[in-house]
Amino acid sequence: MNIFTQLYYRYRRSIKAIQLFLIISGPGIIVMIADNDAGGITTYAATGAKYGYNLIWVIILLIPVCYYVQEMTVRLGAVTKRGHAEAIFAGFGSFWGWFSLLDLMLVNWLTMVTEFIGMTAALNIFGVPPYLTVIGMCVLMGIMILNGSYWTWEKITLLFCALNLIYIPGAFMVNPSVSEIMHKGIVPNFAGGLNNELIFFLMANIGTTIAPWMLFFQQSAVVDKAMKEKDIPWGKLDTFIGSVLTGVVAIFIIIVTGTVLNGVNIDDAAQASVMLMKTNKYIGTFMAIGLFDAGFLGAICISLASSWAFGEVFGWAHSLNYKIKEAPWFYGFFFFLLISAGIVVLIPNAPLVLITLFVQVVAVTLLPAALVFLILLLNNKKSMGEYTNTLSQNIINVLIVVAIIIISSFYGISTLFPNMLK
Amino acid sequence: MIMIKIKSFFSHNYAKIREINEKYATPNIEMSKGVKLSLLSLRLYLIFLVVLLLYKFITLVR
Repeated sequence: MNIFTQLYYRYRRSIKAIQLFLIISGPGIIVMIADNDAGGITTYAATGAKYGYNLIWVIILLIPVCYYVQEMTVRLGAVTKRGHAEAIFAGFGSFWGWFSLLDLMLVNWLTMVTEFIGMTAALNIFGVPPYLTVIGMCVLMGIMILNGSYWTWEKITLLFCALNLIYIPGAFMVNPSVSEIMHKGIVPNFAGGLNNELIFFLMANIGTTIAPWMLFFQQSAVVDKAMKEKDIPWGKLDTFIGSVLTGVVAIFIIIVTGTVLNGVNIDDAAQASVMLMKTNKYIGTFMAIGLFDAGFLGAICISLASSWAFGEVFGWAHSLNYKIKEAPWFYGFFFFLLISAGIVVLIPNAPLVLITLFVQVVAVTLLPAALVFLILLLNNKKSMGEYTNTLSQNIINVLIVVAIIIISSFYGISTLFPNMLK
Repeated sequence: MIMIKIKSFFSHNYAKIREINEKYATPNIEMSKGVKLSLLSLRLYLIFLVVLLLYKFITLVR
């Protein structure tokens, strides 16, 4: 073979590999970008405003953490062809199954309320009344999922994921000092000493990294996409790219608020958008669009995670490849969760702040269980065969899971008892 | 008519829940010492959280 033939062969092989990746990718990127939901955006915006670039290193450390946890759901889904809820029922019996399913529904519903809070607050900045946002978003999500094709839903959702990258040009527009970012952000440090407030911010950033719905969503999406064992390497790459993207978006949010609003206390991302608009209307607009997009992605993914989980356990037809007539319970449940969460935001004087805080508390009742079940299921040689966790994977994953459980528990408990860290 | 439909909805779902409980009565996972210990730890952790929530509720009511 001459050199040109070899080059052409390599070129054709690369093109085929990229095509294959584009077909298989989706669940990992979507779940990771959606992880930067309305609550996450608020956390990152507040972190940047409070500590400037000093906590960027935490986000960098969280990238492999996200990857290692979510990668397990790819293997579990592709090998067992079961969603996480069904896998828990089958693996650990109905007690743990019902606990996980009902807890998932509660925490997901509460989280969806927070996504609607984010969406309504973001669009309110542009003068859109909350009721119009809720109705419009329910209709838009309905159109997206009722087309009867997982593939179409996934590709439209990926477009919304691309919109989440809006923070990157936003960060360039504020002209941050690259040398300062490198100096303060990359090297691990505890700005102002390891005091209680910093610990709370560290816990909040780590607590938003892994949410229970992510495990359920990605595993069910892998199953709905009919991924097979041979697709696992591509699924891992999809998850890796997603975890890098989620970290990059978080870092750029911190850069935006760390540059413009350094030293300001921020309660939510909508407030940060309004403040940024006073400095530069485009950056504030980008922040608001990003917040809306984050809430939108969070709401659609979380609602789907619940519908898939209930569909798996109750034996309903539960795939986005079905039409509404073929899977009425699955779609009915999706809309029930979506609309009921949206309505709560519209109720005058609804305890939205309490709901936002309560999410953290309820999440810590489910997250440790879901993570422990994940590790145990990945060690079940009978069902996982050659895809069982290796010793090194077990060491890394157990360390990560134990750390997440401890930190998220402290975060949840500190939400319950705010004076604990004062 | 509505009452009959509601009754049938609940009786259907009650039967379905019983069916699910029977289907998943026996866990698939081999109950090794490690698995048993993990599940026990989870139970204790959840009991601890429930106690904390109750404490918070009681102190709030007072």
